[in-house]
Amino acid sequence: MKFTLSWLKDHLDTDASLDEIGERLTMLGLEVEGIEDSAAAFAPFHAAKVIEAKPHPDADRLQVCMVDTGTETVQVVCGAPNARTGMTGVFAPSGTHVPGTGIDLKKTKIRGVESNGMLLSERELGLSDDHEGIIELPDDTPVGKSYVDIAGLDDPVIELAITPNRGDCLGVHGVARDLAAAGLGTLKPFDATPVPGSFDSPIQWRRDLPDDAQDACPMVVGRAFRGVKNGPSPQWLQDRLKAIGLRPISALVDITNYVTFDLGRPLHVFDMAKIDGDLTMRFARNGEKVEALDGETYTLDDGMTVIADANQVQGIGGVMGGAVSGCSEETTDVFLEVALFDPIRTAMTGRKLDIQSDARFRFERSVDPQSAEWGAEVAARLILDLCGGEVSRPTVAGSMPAWRRRASLRLARLESFGGVSVPEGDVVSILDRLGFAPTAADGVLAVAVPSWRPDVEGEHCLVEEVLRVHGYDDIPAVSMRHAGALPQPALDSGQRRVALTKRVLAGRGMMEAVSWSFMGREEAELFSDVPDSLALANPISADLDVMRPSILANLLTAAARNADRGYPDVALFEVGPSWRDDTPDGQDLIAAGLRQGNCGARHWNQAARDVDAYDAKADAQAVLGVAGAPVDKLQVTTDAPGYYHPGRSGVLQLGPNVLAYFGELHPAVLRRLGSGAATVGFEVFLDHVPTSKAKAGRTRPALNASPFQPVARDFAFVVDTDVAADAVVRAAQGADKGLISRVGVFDLFEGASLGDGRKSIAISVTLQPTERTLTDADIEAVSAKIVANVEKRTGGTLRG
Amino acid sequence: MENLDQLRDDLLGAVAAAEDLTGLDTVRVSALGRKGRITELMKGLGKLDPDARRTAGQDLNQVKTAVADAIEARKQALEDIALEAQLAGDAIDVSLPIRPEEQGLLHPVSQTIDEAIAILGEMGFAVAEGPEIEDDFHNFTALNIPPEHPARQMHDTFYLPEAEDGSRKVLRTHTSPVQIRTMESTEPPIRIIAPGRAYRCDSDMTHTPMFHQVEALAIDKETHFGHLKGCLMDFCSAYFEVDDLPLRFRPSYFPFTEPSAEVDIQCSREGGTLKIGKGDDWLEIGGCGMVHPNVMTACNIDPEEYQGFAFGLGIERMAMLKYGIPDLRTFFESDLRWLKHYGFLPLEVPTLIRGLVP
Repeated sequence: MKFTLSWLKDHLDTDASLDEIGERLTMLGLEVEGIEDSAAAFAPFHAAKVIEAKPHPDADRLQVCMVDTGTETVQVVCGAPNARTGMTGVFAPSGTHVPGTGIDLKKTKIRGVESNGMLLSERELGLSDDHEGIIELPDDTPVGKSYVDIAGLDDPVIELAITPNRGDCLGVHGVARDLAAAGLGTLKPFDATPVPGSFDSPIQWRRDLPDDAQDACPMVVGRAFRGVKNGPSPQWLQDRLKAIGLRPISALVDITNYVTFDLGRPLHVFDMAKIDGDLTMRFARNGEKVEALDGETYTLDDGMTVIADANQVQGIGGVMGGAVSGCSEETTDVFLEVALFDPIRTAMTGRKLDIQSDARFRFERSVDPQSAEWGAEVAARLILDLCGGEVSRPTVAGSMPAWRRRASLRLARLESFGGVSVPEGDVVSILDRLGFAPTAADGVLAVAVPSWRPDVEGEHCLVEEVLRVHGYDDIPAVSMRHAGALPQPALDSGQRRVALTKRVLAGRGMMEAVSWSFMGREEAELFSDVPDSLALANPISADLDVMRPSILANLLTAAARNADRGYPDVALFEVGPSWRDDTPDGQDLIAAGLRQGNCGARHWNQAARDVDAYDAKADAQAVLGVAGAPVDKLQVTTDAPGYYHPGRSGVLQLGPNVLAYFGELHPAVLRRLGSGAATVGFEVFLDHVPTSKAKAGRTRPALNASPFQPVARDFAFVVDTDVAADAVVRAAQGADKGLISRVGVFDLFEGASLGDGRKSIAISVTLQPTERTLTDADIEAVSAKIVANVEKRTGGTLRG
Repeated sequence: MENLDQLRDDLLGAVAAAEDLTGLDTVRVSALGRKGRITELMKGLGKLDPDARRTAGQDLNQVKTAVADAIEARKQALEDIALEAQLAGDAIDVSLPIRPEEQGLLHPVSQTIDEAIAILGEMGFAVAEGPEIEDDFHNFTALNIPPEHPARQMHDTFYLPEAEDGSRKVLRTHTSPVQIRTMESTEPPIRIIAPGRAYRCDSDMTHTPMFHQVEALAIDKETHFGHLKGCLMDFCSAYFEVDDLPLRFRPSYFPFTEPSAEVDIQCSREGGTLKIGKGDDWLEIGGCGMVHPNVMTACNIDPEEYQGFAFGLGIERMAMLKYGIPDLRTFFESDLRWLKHYGFLPLEVPTLIRGLVP
């Protein structure tokens, strides 16, 4: 929403400065997006006369002009076809900034001829796109007169961002009302006294809407005009439209645009000569077409309100008029439409047809229902004033929708809800100036909600009205205190687990990444089938079109990008969501990590080593450990999903409950995602990790440290190659659970000496006695049990 | 009787002259060994009469002690020299680099969320969460944004495909649906914060299709607009570590709050550098307001009995302002150089007591 300061002052009697007005607008909730004071930018430009224009000696299209600037005569090389001896133009001297092109002028030579400054076009001034030629000022313009004065540009332009609830401030009058309510002046009423008509309109309004859709256009008013002259509109009107970025077209069209911005009342004018019969508000027929004023042809459907004559659609209701019946310079007989359109249908129509228009913008934010009547009078007066002719009596179809509503405000609520006590007199005065006609009784204000404020629903809205006008700044701030003497924990155990997981992984040397929740379907399908329910209907791009089924995919592409930049050794993790389906339960919380390339940089004392599956397993176990999973009790299986290397990956599970995958990634997946280096990853399903039962307390059991020395014994077993080391360890552990405190694998050997399909696993078993020091006989006995148990459970033999 | 003085001088001289432990041992044997000169003299004492034996014995013992002490002292000295020589040979180049150790770091989004939790947690807010694929009701309708409401267009919503019943899920456009889910399941009083991902179909210099917000909701019987101001003022002062950081509350419009405001913090841009704190400019950091009665009603909370506020802040923006990160889009590029430059040590957990940032 744009307007000029003088335009505002048509509606507001005020002495306030531009700064005050801008500041107050923002603090009223009418946010100032910008104030453009073109007077300053245009100050260097003055009227100047071309004393002589003669052809440039070396260029056909250029002329060399001697220009009288009022203070001196300078030579200017000019390319405009309309530059000629005797004309008056707008001169920009060397050293000035040309706002439309952003160029700083310098004394220069053009094709060998000296040029000092420039005669300006409208485009160079940033006033319009017109670059046909330089501006021609009337011959009687005094040379040296400031262009700011000539063009009436001494009028700052204010641009507001109006929130969707404030349709009433999409007209200057509404903005002025808010400022007046805030004490920045007095609102001036506008003239809506009825303009008497002298004949019956030859076109009558009709409505042909289904019973259940009468609100599509509840009311429309029309007036016919005969014998008008549709020339250019007067300068003041053109200036105002230009100042807010609208192109003046003709008096009739300019009037409709002007009232749209002046009073927030969109209008439309039809050339009566192009209308066949009466005009009807009806729904379009599916497939019906109309060429609109923007020159585009639109195909309509039966949810769209249109204005149609006997033959065709002449306009899209609330959105844009039709080209056929648009007014031109030849128009002499005009029919004015002042209608009310349903905001929702208007919005839907505009969106479907992809038409942005000032009318749509206002109708979808709701237009004052009373404006159907006063709008016809305001427009009739302007048309008669500017275009002459005579006006018919109004033709009306439908009736004004009921808008009268009462609401009330308990004064005490301002303090208990709004946090500030406002004196009753001030409250009454604010609401009165906003048009709510308040009456006070027993601490309650009864108000009549004005027709232009459909957004005001009840007491909370009135509190807001009073507070914003009174000033949010005046509401005292009150600190929030937690309920007890000390604050309670803000995180539950699951949330702490997430926080701890991140810290543990970072502590293990991995960088935390935050990557998109979406990815390309093709890449996603390498990891999992993605149901159609997880495909975005309107993705931002084709490579971000489904919700990710795995975080690893994003980490892989990130690793490839880093490798491309020359950083091939990558350790990244992310804790975040991935999706199986579109229900709340279909969102999993995953801690995923990826290591690629070397484990650390090459080092003089330590051979560089490619990352391997055990790095990923270590990461996964570390996460599971801090997440509270019983890491010692987890089973390791080898059925990880297909995007892992089939022989170098595993699953950590607790019974049937899968807690994590880990391992090398499948070379085929790596190839598709642009990585060649060794790459391992893991995924921990944090939601699957059982939460520890609420403990009775934090007390730990007494430390039971044995006074007797532990004893370690080593064993090596030869087993079949496919026997898991874990089976050997568990068999050893199971031999005497009371005595065996730890079993570790310290060697793995495969060689011809063992025979095909055999391997040797060496374990170190720690025995921790609790009752007495172990004798040789004790150790022999438990060793025998270990050997027996491992042989029985794994089919292995003690290596001799 | 040999001249004892001469003997002592001879032996002490030999001890002093020993150049290594072997040489010293030879001296020891020659003096104190089984056939050593002193040992031989000791043996000879038995032949003397008792008086002479006592005198000679005392004299001889003095020599023996002196020589033994000298040998011990010389031995210690020679051992020290030998050790020094050995250590000198053991020297390494301590300028060589250590074995590689990688220090992982936390993303600024995690850090900022943790800081927000640390501050608001002190005010009695607890963290709540909700799904990121939302239904229309929780993302819009319950938040007083009915279908076709113009405010829906402000949201640039990502839609999922239409289901058989005509409904359409969305990627939540804000963290506000967590308010709804909390109010649906919890009796007031309520104080929650909901940090998390949100999505808008928008991508340019200052917008990414995914971003993070932190939402706060306080519902009870007394909380009013003044508390909202106080909460945000205290929060911003603590977060930006600026005492009494000036805030500006500009009236605005959100369908789910009324009265509503946009929140600006004061700053200065002197010399092209942004500085949070007293200055002559304002920077928008979020939106807030008193929870709209329609929102409470949608969650079966009586707006005549309860009231409260909600606010939402952009996490990335907060991080950019505090830590001087210039470009929003870099947050999601997983560039190791960026993560290393802007990341945070994992061992330092933000708290108000110990300080938010190392």
